[in-house]
Amino acid sequence: MSTAESIEVQASAPSNQTGYRSFTLGGFSFSRDEYFARVSWTAKGQQMSHSMSADAFLRAMMRDVAWGFFYGWVNFDPVIGTRNHYGTVDMYAGSYYPAYRDSGLDHMENFDSRLMMATFKAILDDWTNEGFDPFAAPEEAGDGWHGKKNGHNRAAIERAREACHRMPGLPGDASLRSDANGFPINRAFADVPQDAPEVYAEPGFEAEVSAFNLFAFLSRSDVTWNPSVTSVCGRSLACPTTEEYILPIKHGNDRVEWFVQLSDQIEWEIEDKHTGSPRAKVLMKAGDVAAMPADIRHQGFARKRSMLLVWENATPNLPELYESGQLKPWPVEF
Amino acid sequence: MNSFQTTFGSLQDYEKGGIEIVADNPMYYAFSNIFEVANQSAPYEKVAVAVNLGYVIEAVRIEGQSGWYAAPHDEFAIVMDGEVEVHFIKLADPAAAYTDDSKGSIPLAAQPAGTPMGRVVARRGHQVLLPEGAAYRFTAHSVGVMLIQTMDGPATVHKWGQICLK
Repeated sequence: MSTAESIEVQASAPSNQTGYRSFTLGGFSFSRDEYFARVSWTAKGQQMSHSMSADAFLRAMMRDVAWGFFYGWVNFDPVIGTRNHYGTVDMYAGSYYPAYRDSGLDHMENFDSRLMMATFKAILDDWTNEGFDPFAAPEEAGDGWHGKKNGHNRAAIERAREACHRMPGLPGDASLRSDANGFPINRAFADVPQDAPEVYAEPGFEAEVSAFNLFAFLSRSDVTWNPSVTSVCGRSLACPTTEEYILPIKHGNDRVEWFVQLSDQIEWEIEDKHTGSPRAKVLMKAGDVAAMPADIRHQGFARKRSMLLVWENATPNLPELYESGQLKPWPVEF
Repeated sequence: MNSFQTTFGSLQDYEKGGIEIVADNPMYYAFSNIFEVANQSAPYEKVAVAVNLGYVIEAVRIEGQSGWYAAPHDEFAIVMDGEVEVHFIKLADPAAAYTDDSKGSIPLAAQPAGTPMGRVVARRGHQVLLPEGAAYRFTAHSVGVMLIQTMDGPATVHKWGQICLK
């Protein structure tokens, strides 16, 4: 299978039994059946494999693809995941799960980001059936994820992450969301006011005197657990997102990030980044602010769709500064 | 019938979450609540509630009229409670307000010379651009709270020990 960038994705012919293709990326093999996605590798001469429910696998892979492998680690579950090196990406199985790692049964390989992205996109494309949206909340996702291969849902999986250059609504920048451009108000935010700020710009200053309703913008998000960028101050990015049910991955930080809970509440399970050992549980309610240290992995649980401002620092050499110990993993001492 | 109710906080009505520790130090999370912070702040005191290597998010109590500020970079305000009016002036002489090395919101001694750019009236949930090279001033007829995304500057107040869970 060849992509537009002439990157060769290793894919099998469709299975006679299920209709799904299988894929190979280096020493990893990916296959799915009616219910399960399976990742296989070889360690110490032994064939190893790990299975996930196909819907959970596709939800996780959807975020990894949409986020461009994000900052640091994207753990699909305790066993498999990816680590972004910004140009190359590690794929691992068991490398951050002590039972596998300590017995030498884990496997990690580094790939060019473009090859891994092309492979993951091909898997998503082939394994996501019509009637299943891996980006959506459970009530909206549909149940077409199981069974034999049944069409595609490319409109769902090819959504681009929205990122402004300065602020949405400014001339030439990201668009605001509306019914007209395909972003109706989500059912869980039907009570969020949609009023616009009053903007009175003097002639010639229309591109600088600007404001928009951020909460209305978020109320119209059609996806969950997928940050947009809505303001840029140097390397500081405000990345608000709407969250419902469970973050489909465990995000391992390679830098400190911050959460500002704008509405409702989210419960975060915090684990050690390298071992998965539990460290804390953070309950955030509207108005709460908390740092996520650089040495943890975290997974969020939201019983009602909520608005979360994820605040990131996109300074390029941050991972090295934390990894080398030049920066402490927590942001402030008091 | 829509059965969902979205919960926002306010100065008068907020609930603070918390941290259950298994094997950790709560101070690593620098956990605070912006409404609690603003309830303890002076008007327009710019209290850092998040910091990341020179960048900050400040919780600001809006009440009455602020002084004039300017910054050599974009800043952004999000109103979390109440209503605020923001007036803008295009600086005639930015060098009189700040240097090339300045960071964050720079307090100005008086209304600066320049061209009026306009104004914005913002309420809860609204985000306002505070553009590079412009001076701005806030006016609020009642008490409220806003967040400012900016850089750590001379007006930023750090009082982590007073606002964070320990």
